[in-house]
Amino acid sequence: MRILVCISNVPDTTTKITFTPDNKNLNTAGVQFVINPYDEYALTRAIELKEAQGGTVTVINVGEADSDANIRKALAIGADEAIRVDAKPADALFVARQIAHYAQEGNYDLILMGKESVDYNGFQVHGMVAELLSLPAIVPAIKLDVNGTAATLEREIEGGKEIITVNLPLVASCQQPMAEPRIPNMRGIMTARTKPLKVVPPVNAESGTVYESYSLPEKKSGVKLIDPANAGELIRLLRNEAKVI
Amino acid sequence: MAVLVLIECAEGQVKKSALEVASYGAQVAQALSTIAVAVAIGDINPDALGTLGQQGIQKVYYSNQPEVKNFVPTAYAKVIAQAAETSGATVIILANSNIGTAVGARLAIRLNGSLATNVVSLPEISGNTFTVRRGVFSGKAFADVNLTAERKIIAIKKNTFEVLEQEGTAEIEPISLAFSEADLAGAPQETIRTTGKVLLTEAEVVVSGGRGMRGPENWHLIENLADALGAATACSKPVADVGWRPHHEHVGQTGTTISPNLYIAAGISGAIQHLAGVNSSKVIVVINKDPEAPFFKAADYGIIGDVADVLPKLTEAAKALNQ
Ligand SMILES: Cc1cc2nc3c(=O)[nH]c(=O)nc-3n(C[C@H](O)[C@H](O)[C@H](O)COP(=O)(O)OP(=O)(O)OC[C@H]3O[C@@H](n4cnc5c(N)ncnc54)[C@H](O)[C@@H]3O)c2cc1C
Ligand SMILES: Nc1ncnc2c1ncn2[C@@H]1O[C@H](COP(=O)(O)O)[C@@H](O)[C@H]1O
Repeated sequence: MRILVCISNVPDTTTKITFTPDNKNLNTAGVQFVINPYDEYALTRAIELKEAQGGTVTVINVGEADSDANIRKALAIGADEAIRVDAKPADALFVARQIAHYAQEGNYDLILMGKESVDYNGFQVHGMVAELLSLPAIVPAIKLDVNGTAATLEREIEGGKEIITVNLPLVASCQQPMAEPRIPNMRGIMTARTKPLKVVPPVNAESGTVYESYSLPEKKSGVKLIDPANAGELIRLLRNEAKVI
Repeated sequence: MAVLVLIECAEGQVKKSALEVASYGAQVAQALSTIAVAVAIGDINPDALGTLGQQGIQKVYYSNQPEVKNFVPTAYAKVIAQAAETSGATVIILANSNIGTAVGARLAIRLNGSLATNVVSLPEISGNTFTVRRGVFSGKAFADVNLTAERKIIAIKKNTFEVLEQEGTAEIEPISLAFSEADLAGAPQETIRTTGKVLLTEAEVVVSGGRGMRGPENWHLIENLADALGAATACSKPVADVGWRPHHEHVGQTGTTISPNLYIAAGISGAIQHLAGVNSSKVIVVINKDPEAPFFKAADYGIIGDVADVLPKLTEAAKALNQ
């Protein structure tokens, strides 16, 4: 089984977000980048499937050289090889066209992604890649099993879940409780150095959106404290002052 | 030219978020001096659709063919693309839901359009630019994004836009399409409903518990308050991880993102990853025994106290209000 896992390189979830003075770019000074947390579910599930059933796990990232540390981390966790499409990820459409191109070239049975990237919060790339390759996409998947040429997945829906059995190849985006993310061990870190990381040029692709500028939300004016002895007062304030109940 | 909106239904009824989508679409149509039309797909009762005129929709195309009783992204994309074709729509509005985003991504490719998800503003349209504001960095920032393609597809954040109420009845027109096997790949074989009374992502009020609740045996305190307020229940990640609550209730960076009118957090410290899922709630109430809990910084109202003492008092007051 050939599995492709798409990983994006994002600011650590505890990062305090600030922008450059012209508000056109993230201020990356002091920011630690990590593998997008949802992509770790995809990566771990891919490695589990490979361990159980054989096959290869390839990770792909669309990004510049600063992604390499986290690509190596994915190799240390257990991926076999990596592809980096050497380009700034302009927007979801651009990224999806890159992934679709290299996915087609690699003839994968499973293309796994995260539910969303925690920087762009798009929920877009999986559906776009699936549409470009005319494949089904199970979004967001919370469980994935493969039996021969078909897969059985659980998809989260509002107020429940669906059970879906579908033939490979397919695209799925992963979220909890798909798998328990792993931490690389010493052996993994050592062998990751010798695993192939192929840097490839981007294919010609347009983007659909232009990011003009960024801004921060307004600060809250401060908390109004209510005496616990008189907690019921809160309910009256929520009705008469905040008008939310 | 027209603006086309996707109406999501649940159990035959139009969802509240769909009324927001319709109202948003009607406003965009007005700005573009055109009309707003809708498409509704799935297990719907067409009689429920005519009232969308009150949200400014002139016409509703609908498909309740058995193949699309459940959500299948490819088949949905086909129906919406057909409605876009028939109505000559250049702008498509969706909810920022699992359905809206999955189908939006496919439409962006199929119609060669620009897609913006998680949108929190009406578009600013001038000359050749069509700019919307969208939430990025998990609620910690916004980006202004120009949609450059001829066709624009926008998924709007729930509970962010007003529902219009005006006079009017929409005309309804069925669409019937032939679906291929490929269109229907990925259709569910089975749907399992969880018991939650109010859908978390649609709820206007959410009552949520964290590790400070001390154990599942105390969850009736959360549920009773939720019942009294007609609210949905939620929890922090560690609470779901240890199995006190099911995973679909977990909100935050790695769970569900919600933006209710009121979010009540009991015994939750307010870690940044938790805030990422709830910080766009309109009003936040925090109940925590530790006055230094970081959540108080993000709160509008707070009570420093023990959940076991405070929650029953709130439930009682909420019940009194209903009488
Ligand atoms: C990559 C990543 C992703 C994450 N994603 C999420 C996510 O999506 N959602 C999420 O919630 N977390 C997430 N986390 C975890 C997050 O960092 C916190 O650990 C978690 O939110 C803490 O949950 P809590 O507030 O319930 O527990 P705690 O931090 O243990 O807080 C319990 C609180 O209860 C208070 N308390 C205790 N007893 C009482 C009492 N009797 N009455 C009143 N108050 C009391 C305490 O003062 C304390 O503030 C993530 C972490 C990482 C690293
Ligand atoms: N630059 C990228 N390189 C590789 N994969 C990506 C990239 N951006 C997004 N993805 C994948 O697409 C998923 C959804 O991202 P998004 O549409 O931005 O929310 C992520 O969880 C990743 O798996």
